[in-house]
Amino acid sequence: MTELIRMTAAELSAALVNGEVSATEVTQAHLDRIAAVDGRVHAFLHVAADSALAQAGVIDARRRAGEALGPLAGVPVAVKDVFTTIGMPTTCGSRILEGWHPPYDATITRRLKQAGAIIVGKTNMDEFAMGSSTENSAYGPSRNPWDLDRIPGGSSGGSAAAVAAYEAPLAIGTDTGGSIRQPAAVCGIVGTKPTYGGSSRYGVVAFASSLDTPGPFGRTVLDTALLHEAISGHDPCDSTSIDAPVPPVVAAARQGDVSGMRIGVVTDLSGEGYQPGVLSRFAEAVELLESLGAKVTEVSCPHFRYALPAYYLIAPSECSSNLARFDAMRYGLRVGDDGVRDAEEVMALTREQGFGAEVKRRIILGAYALSSGYYDAYYGKAQQVRTLIIRDFDAAFAQVDVLVSPATPTTAFPIGERADDPMAMYLADLCTIPSDLAGNAAISVPCGLAPEDGLPVGLHVMAPALADDRLYRVAAAAEAALTGHWGQPLLTQARGLDS
Amino acid sequence: MACMSITRDEVAHLARLARISLSDAELDHLAPQLDQIITAVAQVQEVAADGIPPTSHATGLENVYRDDVPVPCLTPEAALDQAPAVEQQRFRVPRILGEG
Amino acid sequence: MTTDTLVPFAEAMERYEPVIGLETHVELGTRTKMFCGCTTLFGAPPNSQVCPVCLGLPGSLPVVNRVAIEYTIRIGLALNCAIAGWCRFARKNYFYPDMPKNFQISQYDEPLCTNGWLDVPVGDRVVRVGIERVHLEEDTGKSLHVGGATGRIHGADYSLVDYNRAGIPLVEIVTKPVDGTGAAAPEVARAYVTELRDLVRGLGVSDVRMEEGSLRCDVNTSLAPRGSGRWGTRTETKNVNSLRSVERAVRFEIERQAAVLDSAGRVIQETRHFHEDSGTTTSGRSKEEAQDYRYFPEPDLVPVAPSAQWVEEIRAALPEAPSARRERLQRDWGLPEAEITALSNVGALDLVAETVAAGASPDGARKWWLGELARQANDAGVELADLAITPAQVARIAELVAAGTLNDRLARAVIDAVLAGEGDPDDVVAARGLGVVSDDAVLLAAVDAAIAAKPDVAAKVREGKVSAVGPLVGAVMQATGGQADAARVRELILERLTGS
Repeated sequence: MTELIRMTAAELSAALVNGEVSATEVTQAHLDRIAAVDGRVHAFLHVAADSALAQAGVIDARRRAGEALGPLAGVPVAVKDVFTTIGMPTTCGSRILEGWHPPYDATITRRLKQAGAIIVGKTNMDEFAMGSSTENSAYGPSRNPWDLDRIPGGSSGGSAAAVAAYEAPLAIGTDTGGSIRQPAAVCGIVGTKPTYGGSSRYGVVAFASSLDTPGPFGRTVLDTALLHEAISGHDPCDSTSIDAPVPPVVAAARQGDVSGMRIGVVTDLSGEGYQPGVLSRFAEAVELLESLGAKVTEVSCPHFRYALPAYYLIAPSECSSNLARFDAMRYGLRVGDDGVRDAEEVMALTREQGFGAEVKRRIILGAYALSSGYYDAYYGKAQQVRTLIIRDFDAAFAQVDVLVSPATPTTAFPIGERADDPMAMYLADLCTIPSDLAGNAAISVPCGLAPEDGLPVGLHVMAPALADDRLYRVAAAAEAALTGHWGQPLLTQARGLDS
Repeated sequence: MACMSITRDEVAHLARLARISLSDAELDHLAPQLDQIITAVAQVQEVAADGIPPTSHATGLENVYRDDVPVPCLTPEAALDQAPAVEQQRFRVPRILGEG
Repeated sequence: MTTDTLVPFAEAMERYEPVIGLETHVELGTRTKMFCGCTTLFGAPPNSQVCPVCLGLPGSLPVVNRVAIEYTIRIGLALNCAIAGWCRFARKNYFYPDMPKNFQISQYDEPLCTNGWLDVPVGDRVVRVGIERVHLEEDTGKSLHVGGATGRIHGADYSLVDYNRAGIPLVEIVTKPVDGTGAAAPEVARAYVTELRDLVRGLGVSDVRMEEGSLRCDVNTSLAPRGSGRWGTRTETKNVNSLRSVERAVRFEIERQAAVLDSAGRVIQETRHFHEDSGTTTSGRSKEEAQDYRYFPEPDLVPVAPSAQWVEEIRAALPEAPSARRERLQRDWGLPEAEITALSNVGALDLVAETVAAGASPDGARKWWLGELARQANDAGVELADLAITPAQVARIAELVAAGTLNDRLARAVIDAVLAGEGDPDDVVAARGLGVVSDDAVLLAAVDAAIAAKPDVAAKVREGKVSAVGPLVGAVMQATGGQADAARVRELILERLTGS
């Protein structure tokens, strides 16, 4: 049998059902892996060894008792530290929540537990989900298993690194401007941003409320689909949650047939700023899809070039309000309470020390965009641009079934390269942001290594809202053909942890 | 254009509004970065958008409600468990200046 | 006392015209909070009715209470407002420890109800007060300030916050500016709040008790020189906790602002705080550094779009409006309009109507509420409705008097006992033996004793001077502790002495 940690979630699930292996063995194997490599990868902020083994024991007992369990029962999952979890800290990568133990589980945490998945720990992230590299984490960056001196992407960098380093077969992240798809692309794994409202935000510490979307990571398209299905669905605790059946993503992932599908290449997501190797791998992937029977055309979405500025008005505006609650009064860090200072002073000192630079930048930017006199020109205008982007998508989807682009303009850049250049950092999300603004579904699936640096490139597929299954159809087709072409999964070529 | 989109003073004002006490060094560092960002995001104003309705939500959902039925809540212990300071089963906070 | 210079009210009204406005907050009586399923019981132990949502814990999300929307539409319809076909909640952003999220979910430029009016009886006329808007928002927690002299915020060392109240639905009702009231402005303000309170209470959506905080009022006042055709700068007065305070606050502000304007000064646009004990206002937050609330549509909630059908269902189920009720009672009781208005003005109309519904005659009910009970309320400094006696109990007392079981004096004693919490009228009568003594044998014994004690008076009566019987009646009344029926006693004495 293949080493447990190298197995996919689907393979592990089958082995567990067949009794070839126990959940306890699977969990222990992954905990051992984490112990062996996480000192270098730093994917995890908290490893929940005791509770994971306890949960695994329960799953094993239930299976022995003859209970029929779901496909994820006994399969380890890593959870981004933005989801509340009872019994484990939830820090959001910030000092201001250091040691915070929430008294309630996120809906997605509950669904994972109900599915019997084994939560092995909480993963590192850019502070409050703001960033594209995890360098904004107050606890130090995570590292890309392909090259430990490079970023694993962000903000869900820890989750992506954990999966790419075989520390867990599955992970959960959140995508607001690309924070699942971009890390997936630069780490050479699969990551999906479901339709906004398709997965519950209850218990997800809010960054940008109208954009945040919890979603799955996996090493394969099928694994990602299995997790996608397990966490999705209507939640009455979330008013923005869609009350509709979960799109048939697992069936689509198993089917993976693109013959007759109409695929549109977004011409606006190319050109200056895009690494040549990324563009060439992307072009090859598109040709491959065509050879599999898809009809490929070019599509123009003229307002996509305004997506980045619109996003960097809408998201900071919402976050400036969402983060106001961190004021030292009810939980979290409290600084400067010496019995003389008043509440406002303590608030301001706490937030000064508790928040990192990027968070402060966005809070102030958001306060600016919403302030009276500026609202119409900035926030108001950005919401109008959002409408135009949605219309671009609508027009495009009238002609094609899915849109494609590279997932990121470049491969993983070195740690430190963009850390003090916010504008350069923001460019990492050029391709992913439009889908967030529109609330559509989108996926990144590995499509090769860039010749310049041997680092992974992601194929980005976008579908209309509630058509998440189309993503998996295309991604599965690409994955099957490419893996056949490569002879082995791409990730086996990652060398970062070899020494 | 050399003129600034946002001045250091404006940044200081906004920081106060957001209850973040920035040091002078931080202000010196942040203000030019914010100026650069605001200039960039101001691009949205180039878009002709007369008569275009703003979108605050992509889902199109309306009328999402819950029934007026009690749901079990937190115990006071659970509610206060993570509080920096507690007294008389309440959250103890530093003195508040002025009426809210 | 105030350090502000004041111009006496009458004098101020010679030179200036006031414009008033009122912002009233009504705490809805829903079972659960606005955005979560926590209960809303008054007086629960601190932080025992809280959850991640109303505590604003990271990751929590609001979900709208359908009944709160219904109640707000009810209020809007009763105030003759237009109900929005589509509207949203908005975030009002500011920092304060009693607000867990440091923003309040409220409504900004898209209120649920707009553009209505309320006809308010003031003295012998009716003033139509325009309603600008009615919207929904969430209440804040409550702070105890520790260490200062008076438990108030100034001088406190620290505060203790209880979030039980955080998230309870609040309806904010804002009037259009009310001008043309002249010297009646204070009275109009009070009458508006009274009428609004009665209206809302009748809708069954809130207790509307000012002393419990389920009805809160801020009053705006401005002055402009008579005939100038413009409006002055207005101040907002908060902490107005009773109907009487509404009137006093307006009156004080008029006197204060007149003095400022007389000395060619400028009235500062600000929030002022009303002081119950002195009837004065002092400066609070200056509105000139107006807070920038950075309103934007609440992204965690979706629009509220009540269907026309739902609105019509609510409209069809509305109870009778107070004005319609007044007209109906006037007809039913055969009273002149002025009588009904008078009853209304002292807050007695509903009470009288309920007492009649419980079986009393209109005259009987009015007698007790406008007489003895009004006196009791005045002495205790409370509203009639706040007396610890119900219309049903008053009706029973009136019934007992009509049946001869009680006389007026005994009835007053029963009222005292009921107000003191001794129980229902029948219980009090039994426990205290307050019933009118109607046993002739008992009375005759007292009569004979009185005759024996005052032989000269008895002699006069025997001689035919019936009018001299008074002292004998008095003696018997005294002997029976006032529990005899005076008319019967007189009869018995005359029978005894004159044989007729």
